[in-house]
Amino acid sequence: MTRVFATVLRRDLRLAARRRSDALLPVAFFVVAVSLFPLGIGPEPQTLRQIAPGIVWVCALLAAMLSLGAMYSGDLVDGSLDQMLLSGPTPGQASLAVAAAKSLAHWLVTGLPLTILAPLLGVLFGVAPAPIVALTASLLLGTPILSLLGGLGAALTLGVRSGGVLLLLLVLPLCIPTLIFGAGAVVAIDSGLSARGHFSLLGALLILTMLLAPLATAAALRIATE
Amino acid sequence: MPSSIRFFHFASPARFYALATRWSPALWVLAAVLAAAALYIGFFVAPTDATQGDAYRIIFIHVPAAWMSMVLYLAMALWAAIGWALNARLASMFARAIAPTGAMFTFLALWTGALWGRPTWGTWWVWDARLTSELILLFLYLGYLALVDAIDDTRRADRAGALLAVVGSVNVPIIYFSVKWWNTLHQGASITLSSAPTMAQSMLIAMLLMTLAFWAYAFAVVFKRTQAIVAERERHAQWLTTTRKLETA
Amino acid sequence: MATTSHGDLDAGARASRTLTVDGLAGRRGERILFHDFDLFVAPGELVWLRAANGYGKTTLLRILAGLALPEAGTIRWSPASGPATVYLAHANALKDDLTVLESVRYQSTLHGLEASEAAIADAIRRFGLQSRRHAPIRTLSQGQRRRVALTRLCLSDPQSTWLLDEPWDALDAEGVALVSTLLDEHAARRGNALFTSHVPPAIEGLRTVQFDALPAPA
Repeated sequence: MTRVFATVLRRDLRLAARRRSDALLPVAFFVVAVSLFPLGIGPEPQTLRQIAPGIVWVCALLAAMLSLGAMYSGDLVDGSLDQMLLSGPTPGQASLAVAAAKSLAHWLVTGLPLTILAPLLGVLFGVAPAPIVALTASLLLGTPILSLLGGLGAALTLGVRSGGVLLLLLVLPLCIPTLIFGAGAVVAIDSGLSARGHFSLLGALLILTMLLAPLATAAALRIATE
Repeated sequence: MPSSIRFFHFASPARFYALATRWSPALWVLAAVLAAAALYIGFFVAPTDATQGDAYRIIFIHVPAAWMSMVLYLAMALWAAIGWALNARLASMFARAIAPTGAMFTFLALWTGALWGRPTWGTWWVWDARLTSELILLFLYLGYLALVDAIDDTRRADRAGALLAVVGSVNVPIIYFSVKWWNTLHQGASITLSSAPTMAQSMLIAMLLMTLAFWAYAFAVVFKRTQAIVAERERHAQWLTTTRKLETA
Repeated sequence: MATTSHGDLDAGARASRTLTVDGLAGRRGERILFHDFDLFVAPGELVWLRAANGYGKTTLLRILAGLALPEAGTIRWSPASGPATVYLAHANALKDDLTVLESVRYQSTLHGLEASEAAIADAIRRFGLQSRRHAPIRTLSQGQRRRVALTRLCLSDPQSTWLLDEPWDALDAEGVALVSTLLDEHAARRGNALFTSHVPPAIEGLRTVQFDALPAPA
């Protein structure tokens, strides 16, 4: 199964590299969306510093969701998904490898750039250095969770008419704990408190999601293609 | 071979259909009677609370509704999972029938929660841990309803819904825990909806009666809705079977 | 009721059947497209599944490939270790942004064919795509894309069963002849193929299965 995993991952990364502008759209959205808030709320430094963790986190969440619709739909339409499911001894095993590879690819192409860009946005909001580090660390742990849950949503809504928005409706509630612990960690550090609890919980969520989400996504893929 | 497959599919929902028709009137009556009793005790018999006055009485609807919303979600997930795992059509239909009622109870819990918060906090909404969790539960219900509605193929819709409901069930405790965490660890006082007053016996009885009334109501409504789903889905199979029998004759 | 005409098989061939299909029923969405479908395929046989549109030919191929579960019935492959099947759908499963060479390599790696660079180059050459091997798929015509998808046939296990959905679609005369030749070669080395085609294939010794399913429900 590692063969299928590696092949699909390599292919998806190569395809993303060929369409670099498409791949970076969510990142562009991230920056634009975050910038809207000071314009909407007012440039007062104190306020901005306070709302920064929540805003950056929510915008990262929404930006990560943007490229989910395309995770499987292209492959469904041109028949590539069927071939992927036939690449293993059973469709069940193959779909597991595919689900894991796709989520990882999504994180590398979308989640990781968002995480790297976050400190810059923190500076825009006048956030102090320690919380900026916490912000980056929390996103580093949290964005993989978003990619994994997003993959599940994408597989569930595969080929469905109103799939795009439906996908958001399904996935966003599931991401709420991640958002709470992630943004909460930054707020805690900003208030001078320890964020160890937050990070532990975030880490635990990541591990749990890494174990369970690919299985559920694989099941969803089989449901969608059977 | 084919006719026995058809029959097997048909018999179970058909038997249920007859059962539901028989039991429905009794369930409706039971629901009405229990609800009336609960409301009477809740509004007239239970004593006025020392701190909250008469405003607290809304809990006789709020708390049972909240319980129902959570239990029905789990029931929905359970039936959907059974339907998926065992390929049992009636179980899947049950799950679909439960969803709207569960969503309704969630909405009722939220609304009555707001009504409760108003006299106490002066605002219509409070980001209390339980209310926020109820709100997220409503999102989960809406997500399920939207998903099964968006997929045209009923079999795929049932299965996708089952998977989503199971995933949701696993997430509900996580969500509840994280919301509680969020509520208590943020700066500022822990915001909770007025805690329920220490319970006089009459209060407990009223809540219990209301819960039973909601159960009876839920059964009645879910049965009715399942009958409608059975009629819609099985009618095609019947028609097809009859047609094939004519062809082979 | 679906009927099939299985050709007369002698006892020897029956014993070494590659594929036995018994009472298969297939559905798409709500509709049962066919049921009571029986089929026996012996090594070296090429089977043309023939029916009009909408009768479930694609569904049958998908079920045989293992992508979909049958509504009823059984499928038995021999050897018992499981089917080595090559499923080529109507869709080419090609990505616009990959080159021909990359696509063929990807197919090969994905399906664990472990084809050497030389074998891949040979396959591309055989299908007349040598000059376009570094061209992105998006610049190819429909017929050329079909050829890229078909290269897999050259790289697959010689004993495998080919499940081909409209393999001649979009091909020119040369392409059509090439595929027919490949099928003949495959049959000669005791491989199997089941395929659909709207045009009668020009192949010797072809077995036709008239896939008379139910009249499509109104």
